[in-house]
Amino acid sequence: MKRVASFIEKTMSAIFTVCGFLAVGFVVLITGFLIVSGLPAIGKIGIVEFLFGRVWASTASHPSYGILPFILTSVYGTAGAIILGVPLGLLCAIFIAKMASKRVGVAVRSAVDLLSGIPSVVYGLVGMIIIVPFVRETFNLPDGANLFSAIIVLAVMILPSVISVSETAIRAVPKEYEEASLALGATKTETVFKVIVPSAKSGILTSVVLGIGRSVGEAMAVMMVSGNVANMPSLFKSVRFLTTAVASEMSYSSGLQREALFSIALVLFVFILIINLVLNLVVKKESE
Amino acid sequence: MKEKISISRKIRSALLNILMYASCAVICAVLVGVIGYIICRGAGNVTMELLTSKPSLLKGTVGILPNILNTLYIIIMTLVLVLPLGVGAAIYLNEYAKNKKVVRLIEIATETLSGIPSIIYGLVGMLIFVQFAHLDTSLIAGSFTLVIMTLPTVIRTTQESLKTVPNGYREGALALGAGKWYTIRSVVLPGCVDGVVTGCILSVGRIVGESAALLFTAGMANEILGMFEFFKPKMAGSTLTVALYMYAKERGEFEIAFAIAAILLVLTCAINILSKLSAHLLKKKGCGK
Repeated sequence: MKRVASFIEKTMSAIFTVCGFLAVGFVVLITGFLIVSGLPAIGKIGIVEFLFGRVWASTASHPSYGILPFILTSVYGTAGAIILGVPLGLLCAIFIAKMASKRVGVAVRSAVDLLSGIPSVVYGLVGMIIIVPFVRETFNLPDGANLFSAIIVLAVMILPSVISVSETAIRAVPKEYEEASLALGATKTETVFKVIVPSAKSGILTSVVLGIGRSVGEAMAVMMVSGNVANMPSLFKSVRFLTTAVASEMSYSSGLQREALFSIALVLFVFILIINLVLNLVVKKESE
Repeated sequence: MKEKISISRKIRSALLNILMYASCAVICAVLVGVIGYIICRGAGNVTMELLTSKPSLLKGTVGILPNILNTLYIIIMTLVLVLPLGVGAAIYLNEYAKNKKVVRLIEIATETLSGIPSIIYGLVGMLIFVQFAHLDTSLIAGSFTLVIMTLPTVIRTTQESLKTVPNGYREGALALGAGKWYTIRSVVLPGCVDGVVTGCILSVGRIVGESAALLFTAGMANEILGMFEFFKPKMAGSTLTVALYMYAKERGEFEIAFAIAAILLVLTCAINILSKLSAHLLKKKGCGK
């Protein structure tokens, strides 16, 4: 009887241990598969040519595999989304946390949560139908599917993470700071912007890094509004992001072209890992 | 008596206030605009025929029943797989693991997993399950991919809930002579049901909204699959989101796309409300400790 019980104990302990290490296993598996399928093409093309080549013509008779356009598009697109989205989100977070009455705060908060739940293809669809024609009409362009439209869609998509993380950070600032500032004669608004926001800056930084991660990794919505042409990025040109470069050619690719797509995914993965690392550093600094 | 503050300070404060109200108004307007537009354009197209038929040139019907079923199948299959794994991992982290470094390693791995964009999951899922494991593009390959993707969510919510189970319960059970597994089964697990449920709801939300990870793993077919066909290999099928993408981007049939978008929005709202409710319960229990 005792032997059976101890056998069960040991088995369950082993099963839970395996489950526990599953996440580690998955990370190793993903990294391994990406490296194994991504490195050969980089080797064949040459790393400098691959990363800094300005022309992507994978289906031409003399194919050229330079992904600089994709990298720059992802960087510019993300920067644009951050420039538009972070001030908007931050102001909204301050409003929810400090200025709004409880009921209004809860209402805006729920709205933001709802925004974060909307599937990315739905954002893409709305972008395709509303923003793309709007951009085309307003700036008098032949095609509205360009970097600018993508930036607008991305800016909306990063809002929820920016708002919820900065709101938490702002709420965590000790009440004494606020009271001291008010007692010294600062107005409510001055207190919020000169005392509370600076003390919450590492939390706000976290929200920005999260937003960067989200916008670098977004694929479907961007695919539907960016025009998907491998140009060097410019605000009103159709562009292709790292994510959409992988997605758009995958279904018909073969040979070196296919391998090069995996290499792009590897580059994207490295970007995400760097962002995660920065995030960890920021959070660590905050907890100290 | 109120001391006067200088005009420039007043103006600056007023300006910042206006900016704050304006940005809030913009965000709310975006939300209302997006939802309103989709409901206006989509709700009218949601007919019984759309919901109960499959696309067929012969009969002239355009239906999304296959996509609805595929979404359901994928949700069920993914949850069945991810719940035991995620809960098991959370139990290991909270009850078994003694080495702090090991716990930290697993937590870093979980954070990394939750940061990986879905397009990379789609690609790796294609490499591992579709090609390496020879499942072909199939619902089951899609589910396996989503299992990896939703694992961090389930681990996190379960872990949070496990932390709220008082240590006294465990000590009490152990003192009565129960083994570790028996303690977990009879005392700890019932106490973390709410965390598991929250994880479930959040995962369902993620699965319903997912498209990039499924495009290359679950495929784009629109056939109705029978109850027992969906877990076989080579049974491809598109979920609602993938179908939306195909209708909007590849075929330009926006009326159907908007109808699907309206359905997705309703689902999103429902999931949102459910997750709020369950998170509320979780929090309440945490405070009552």
